[in-house]
Amino acid sequence: AEAAELRARLRAVRHTVLVLSGKGGVGKSTFSALLAHGLAADETKQVALLDIDICGPSIPKIMGLEGEQVHQSGSGWSPVYVEENLGVMSVGFLLSSPDDAVIWRGPKKNGLIKQFLRDVDWGEVDYLIVDTPPGTSDEHLSIVQYLSATRIDGAVIVTTPQEVSLQDVRKEINFCRKVKLPIIGVVENMSGFVCPKCKNESQIFPPTTGGAEKMCQNLSVSLLGKVPLDPQIGKSCDSGQSFLAEAPESPATLSYRNIIQRIQEYCEQHHLQEEKIM
Amino acid sequence: TSAERANLAGVRHIVLVLSGKGGVGKSTLSTELALALRHAGKRVGILDVDLCGPSIPRMLRVQDSAVHQCDSGWVPVFVGQDKAIALMSIGFLLERPDDAVVWRGPKKNALIKQFVTDVAWGELDFLIVDTPPGTSDEHISTVEALRPHQLLGAVLVTTPQ
Repeated sequence: AEAAELRARLRAVRHTVLVLSGKGGVGKSTFSALLAHGLAADETKQVALLDIDICGPSIPKIMGLEGEQVHQSGSGWSPVYVEENLGVMSVGFLLSSPDDAVIWRGPKKNGLIKQFLRDVDWGEVDYLIVDTPPGTSDEHLSIVQYLSATRIDGAVIVTTPQEVSLQDVRKEINFCRKVKLPIIGVVENMSGFVCPKCKNESQIFPPTTGGAEKMCQNLSVSLLGKVPLDPQIGKSCDSGQSFLAEAPESPATLSYRNIIQRIQEYCEQHHLQEEKIM
Repeated sequence: TSAERANLAGVRHIVLVLSGKGGVGKSTLSTELALALRHAGKRVGILDVDLCGPSIPRMLRVQDSAVHQCDSGWVPVFVGQDKAIALMSIGFLLERPDDAVVWRGPKKNALIKQFVTDVAWGELDFLIVDTPPGTSDEHISTVEALRPHQLLGAVLVTTPQ
């Protein structure tokens, strides 16, 4: 009966993309937010952003929604809308103060994730983007399990160039394979820095073992793109603004836009293939 | 139990390295702190309780090491220039380094308890405990298991944003 409830709620979701890493602090939430903004730029599309990082929910701040509350209605919990076509849900909205620690063990976290999926009234959604915490644990197992009621188009895996990140990301790729979650591709963040003054390029996080490019080659996954470091990215996140809108000329914006387009194409293609099969 | 007490009985100070946020440099700091304390002549151990993303073995170039058991429990891997820093990490228990540890809370808790009480640390001045990001199973279990012992306190790591 529970599975049927989830299926019903998620029936109106056309595409679902999970944003994963394995490593913390590589830019999952940043990327999830920009993916959501990028897809919602098309006003005919309805986009939903679900933040299941229960211990460290970054999405409210990044989307400029800190302090917002969740409202309940007859049809369920209402997401918080950034734009008419972009709705957000996060445990951050349920905390009475942003500094409250959510010190929960796995089973309680799983319960909340299930509630998010079952009780949030998303309405008709073209793209559901799910931002996850680092690791391969309760949250990740649960979201894959609960979302089996709908179809997950795939996972976007985020990394930075250094081996200490890649070694965790390889585990995440293996996790995806283990749970049969398709991998749309890998995004390499913090990939070089071009000084705006002297235009010299520096590798702040040197890819000592070949970076995401080599890893993708070795593991036969797609490299969706590399995004250079831009101090404006962190600033935009802190101020809750869309970096794509604040810095349209940045090389990082160009990279993000290309990556978002590739993800869109992947999802659309997937849909066509499925329809053919049916 | 007396066995549990014994393995940490010789440890004078336990320091937790925490954050909440990932990717801010907890493991890096834990490693550098251990190396600096060793350099100052202290007997040091590192316990890596990041089960999903154990970074310490690679940072100390022992990612290919294996661990053994003795009568009093797990024998740590000895690292550093003079092989005098004792390290225990789940990284050592993985058959292949790319294997994901895809465990739910209860299984993680059981392993952490074992790590804390079953490692034959011997006499140490400092045991540095590196943790994963968050405030969940690993953190609750680690603090619970360490509380009866000489828990000095926590160092919190962040970045500016």
